[in-house]
Amino acid sequence: MKRRQWAALALAGLLAPWARAAAPALKAGVFEPPQPAPELALQGSDGAPLQLARFRGKVVALVFGFTHCPEVCPTTLATLAQARKALGAAASGVQVVYVTVDPERDDAQSIRRYLGAFDPSFVGGTGSREALAAVYKRYGVTAEKVPLPQGHYAVNHSTPVYLIDREGRLRAMMPYGRTAKDFAHDFQQLLAAK
Amino acid sequence: MKARRVLAWALGLLGLALLCAAGWAAFAPIRLASRDQLFEIPKGTWARRMAGDKVEILPDRIDLTLGLNDTLLLRNLDEVPQQFGPVLIMPGQSFRLPFEAASTYSFACSAHASGQMSVVVSEHPAPGLPALRWRWRYWQEQWTMRDKG
Repeated sequence: MKRRQWAALALAGLLAPWARAAAPALKAGVFEPPQPAPELALQGSDGAPLQLARFRGKVVALVFGFTHCPEVCPTTLATLAQARKALGAAASGVQVVYVTVDPERDDAQSIRRYLGAFDPSFVGGTGSREALAAVYKRYGVTAEKVPLPQGHYAVNHSTPVYLIDREGRLRAMMPYGRTAKDFAHDFQQLLAAK
Repeated sequence: MKARRVLAWALGLLGLALLCAAGWAAFAPIRLASRDQLFEIPKGTWARRMAGDKVEILPDRIDLTLGLNDTLLLRNLDEVPQQFGPVLIMPGQSFRLPFEAASTYSFACSAHASGQMSVVVSEHPAPGLPALRWRWRYWQEQWTMRDKG
C-alpha cells in the first residue's frame, strides 16, 4: 500500500469519532412498537365513506386542517403533492387523507375543490362534530377556534402529518416544516417495508 | 525556602494538569453512550395528576446537538395514553424523533403554560473552544440532573 493510502487511512481513523452515525430509517418521528391507526368513520370528499381500511395496501399520509387555513395547510399539502410527484410511478401507493378541523365551513364539496388545487388524488374527510371529535381524541389532535374581526374565525390546529403503513399501522409522525424530500424518503421506506 | 519551592512545583503541576484537562476537553472527540435524549412518563403519572399533583416531565426547552444527542426519545411507561409534547403515545410505546438540521423547532404542547415546547438543535461543536464550551454545558446539565435525582 502506498504511503498516501496509509496516510488517508490513518486520517480517517483519527476523524472517525467525529463522523456521524448512520442515519435512521425514517426522517419522521417513529412510534415503537407501531399500533393500528385509529379508524376513521367520516364522509369522504369523493362521495364515498372515508375509512382508512379503504386504503389498506397503500401508505397513508393523514393531515388535519381546514380549507380557510392561511399558511400551514397550503404548505403541508403542497409539500405532500411535491413528494408524490418525486415518487413517479410509486406515487400510486401513497394516499393523502385530509381531515377537516372546521366542519362548519368544510363540506365534502369544498374540500374536494380545495384539495384538487394541490393533487386530485388527495381525499378529504368531514363529518359531525362528534365523529370528528372522536378522531381528534384518538390521534391527540387539538383544534381551537380563534375569533377574528367581522365575525370571521380561524382554527389553531395540530400540524403534524401522520404516516400509516400499508398494513394500517400508525408508524410515524412528521412534524410541520419538513421538506418534500423527507416525505418522499419516508414514503419510499414505508412502501418498501414488509 | 524549600517549602516555597515545593509549593511552586505543586502549583506548576496543578496548572499543567488543568491545561492538559482543558486541552483534552477541547480536542478529544466527544462521545456519548447514545444519541437519544430520553424523557419518560413514569408509571402512575396519570393517577398522580388525577390526585391533583402537578407533574411536569418535558421542560419548555430541550437542547440537542447534531451528531451527539440529536434524537428526542419520549417513552410512556404509564398505563394510559399520554399526550407527550406534540404526540399521543400509547401505554408502553415510545416515540423517537430524529433531527438532521440545526434550528429551533416549536411544538404545541398543552402541558406547558405557554402552550409551546421548543427543541433547539445546535451544530456539532468544532474541536477547540466550541467543544470545550459544549462539554462544560453538558457537565453542568448532568450535575443539575444528578442533584434533582
